[in-house]
Amino acid sequence: MKKNIFYLSILLFFTFIFTIFYVGLDKSNIYKPKEVKNKNLVEFTSTELFSNKQFNSKDIIENNNFTLINIWSSWCVPCRSEHTILMHLSNKTKLNIIGLNYKDKKNNAIKFLDELGNPFSKNLTDPDGIISISLGAYGVPESFLLNSKSRIIKKYIGPLTSENISEIIKIIQ
Amino acid sequence: MISSHIGYYSLLLGFIISTSLLFYSIFYFKKNYQKINQKIFSLLFFQFFTVVISFISLVYSFIISDFSNATVYNNSHSTKPIFYKISGTWGNHEGSLLLWLLVLTLFIFLFIIFSKKQPVKYRFLSIFFQQIIISGFFLFLLLTSNPFIFLFPIPNEGLGLNPILQDPALAIHPPILYLGYVGSSIIFSASLASLVQNNINKEWATHIKKWIQAAWFFLTIGILLGSIWAYYELGWGGFWFWDPVENVSLMPWLCLTALFHTVIVLEKRNLLKSWTLILSIATFTFSMIGTFLVRSGILNSVHTFANDPERGVFILIFLFSLIFLSIILFFIYQVNENRYEKNFFLISKETSILINNWFMMYFLSVILIGTTYPIFLEVITNEKISIGPPFFNKLIIPFLILFLIFMAVGPNLKWIKDNYKNIKYSRIVLFLVCIFISFYIVIKTSSEILFISILGGAALYLLFITINEFLNKKNNISQTISHFGFGLFVISILLNSLFSSEFSANMKIGQELVYEKEQIKFLKIKSIDKENYKSIIAKFEIKDEKKNITSLYPEIRIYNQPNILTSEADIKTSIFFDKFIVINLIKGEKIFNVRYQTKPFMIWIWISVCLISIGGILGVLKKN
Amino acid sequence: MIRLTKYLLLISFLILSFQKLSIANNISSEVDKISKNLRCLICQGQSVYDSQSDFAISMKLLIKNKIENGESEDQIYDYLKNQYGEWIVYDPEFNKKNLILWIFPLILFIFGGLLIYRKVFIN
Repeated sequence: MKKNIFYLSILLFFTFIFTIFYVGLDKSNIYKPKEVKNKNLVEFTSTELFSNKQFNSKDIIENNNFTLINIWSSWCVPCRSEHTILMHLSNKTKLNIIGLNYKDKKNNAIKFLDELGNPFSKNLTDPDGIISISLGAYGVPESFLLNSKSRIIKKYIGPLTSENISEIIKIIQ
Repeated sequence: MISSHIGYYSLLLGFIISTSLLFYSIFYFKKNYQKINQKIFSLLFFQFFTVVISFISLVYSFIISDFSNATVYNNSHSTKPIFYKISGTWGNHEGSLLLWLLVLTLFIFLFIIFSKKQPVKYRFLSIFFQQIIISGFFLFLLLTSNPFIFLFPIPNEGLGLNPILQDPALAIHPPILYLGYVGSSIIFSASLASLVQNNINKEWATHIKKWIQAAWFFLTIGILLGSIWAYYELGWGGFWFWDPVENVSLMPWLCLTALFHTVIVLEKRNLLKSWTLILSIATFTFSMIGTFLVRSGILNSVHTFANDPERGVFILIFLFSLIFLSIILFFIYQVNENRYEKNFFLISKETSILINNWFMMYFLSVILIGTTYPIFLEVITNEKISIGPPFFNKLIIPFLILFLIFMAVGPNLKWIKDNYKNIKYSRIVLFLVCIFISFYIVIKTSSEILFISILGGAALYLLFITINEFLNKKNNISQTISHFGFGLFVISILLNSLFSSEFSANMKIGQELVYEKEQIKFLKIKSIDKENYKSIIAKFEIKDEKKNITSLYPEIRIYNQPNILTSEADIKTSIFFDKFIVINLIKGEKIFNVRYQTKPFMIWIWISVCLISIGGILGVLKKN
Repeated sequence: MIRLTKYLLLISFLILSFQKLSIANNISSEVDKISKNLRCLICQGQSVYDSQSDFAISMKLLIKNKIENGESEDQIYDYLKNQYGEWIVYDPEFNKKNLILWIFPLILFIFGGLLIYRKVFIN
């Protein structure tokens, strides 16, 4: 009897492991960051691309109801297609859009904006990528939607899609 | 084209032979046949032959770059050197499984040849269980990973082999590793057979020991080759990363090492029968778990194969069928333990071997849980965590101290019962001296002095004891060599991690930097076009404090197909130091990221692992 | 025993002759140490230290800045865990959800010890 229970529990144990592995197979092993909730954006200071003036993130975020920070770069291919969507968003709404120019050369960045339009109210620079990393970004493009208290409402990794845009418009209205 | 046909149909034939072998082996077993008859023997040979044919036809498709074959198309390119065309055969999922099958069928064939002295029924059953595994792999290959799929229209050019796999060490690493993995399958089948036949005894132990030692030897060398490859090819000077794929090869190794020791107790004293069986079964199970974790893509790793959930499901079901089969057999067939089973004394060789097993199982459990826990956590709580080097170091290193001491003491004890009075006080003095020496070396390295000096002291102690044994020819020589190798291994790794230094900077051509006492000068770069890559070779000169100049030539390769950059480190090895330099391209070709490291005692890490495995193989060659 | 001492002296002499070994203890080695314990999130299975991706390069600079600002190793890990989640560090925390991870091998070790104890003493 004792023996039976012993073997039965071993069988049950392995069945449990089997189930876990079986379910685990379906999970993607590509890491998807969790929704950030109730977190404030880290404060930073940076130089503006055109005016070369220093700005503190708090000052430019907290004057507006909502702010979208978009990390972009002229060498990043998906940023190009995302740019038209950003232009659309800046034309259609009064959303404060701030660009964070990631690891870019000044000339290339200006050329890029001349060519495709400038949706940004301010364009801050991040020449060695430190600011983006300290904000918790993975790379370019990436966007943070913030409220007036610098709280992160939404974080978009990768290029913004038109669904994202309608979501943003819904939130800010 | 035609070779793919031959390969495929010969695989199919092999599978049919496998099913017929399953039938015949159990049929003759039931009929009490007195010897392995010609039919079984020729079927086994024929089965091996079909897999050889299939394997050769795949190699041939690779050599002639037959892109109508999907495996060749995905993993080869016509400009690749012939050597890597051949090694590309097993550098991918399908081909490596075919190689695996080749070794499986070879081993059962050899097993039948070399087990003539064993009971016939036991041999029939071994064939039966091995054929279960073999037919499982045939099905796996044919259903989910067919290496002979046709492509139409036929592509003009292949996609190429991942450049980091185009390397001599990695060309021979898989075949040798598989000899180890698959060697454990024979141990698995033989153990189940002897469980059913209830012939677990001294004779069986002597017979299976050779197989254990051989599998262990190949597994050790296989892991070593992988590690050497990682050291110079992955380009950052480490040799073990606690990456899931590495852990997965270490698990069967630990199990096999435990078995290696336990089977000696069985051979000498006819004890620990069920434990020997459990270890034999566990070893192959861990090989299979490894295959599952690597091939299914369930884990994040540097070396993931192209993965496909369907394959994962197949291996998972197959793996657990084997586990359940073993458990059920254990349930049905009782192991008759020796009535002297209870005759264990604290100070004896058998107890010291039990202690070895105890530590081995502990290390195994650390690695097992460290590798699979993220899967459990993700399934149950949907959270992801990473488990890496700090976890393993924290749980393994402290236990290594005791382990080393037991390793020095254990082999000197007698079988059955030894006496407290045989403990020599000079040994304790020696141990203290070792700790002092190690303390003196470590003191300059600031952190955790006490802990590291005791660890180093324990390893030194093991070294001295084994040297002494060697000189006095007191113990079994193969064991002494292996244990000495292990002591050397721990010391080398310790010194290596304590005294490695590295320097990293962005440099221009012609620039000169001073790092500690050395001057590093970036002299020039040269571009060369090779068969399937463009090579940028840089020249560096390192001038040390004695004005000795070492020239180093790190290289960057830009492969044409697939278009991938690799950094080839240049390493100058001497007895005490490796000078290791690697460069990386930074946007534009003007500035390079240079990483220069001095790594003490690297060569001794490799030598010590070689010593460990030489000790093991001496055991196989030795006559009883 | 005398012979043994002789070897011992010989080998210790050899080892002591390595006194030119030295270790660097500066900011860059501190950065290396920390970045070895961080997963490069955009490259499969590599550490930040091993990777040459944009992400890893910027991460190393950030760590350097933080060290220069006097932040401790743990503070840096906490900051990054807060930004990127626990997945980024290779050293899992000792907390409730990782309890089994840390305890399981130790329990097994104690259990194994008891088994051996029983085998040897209780007869």
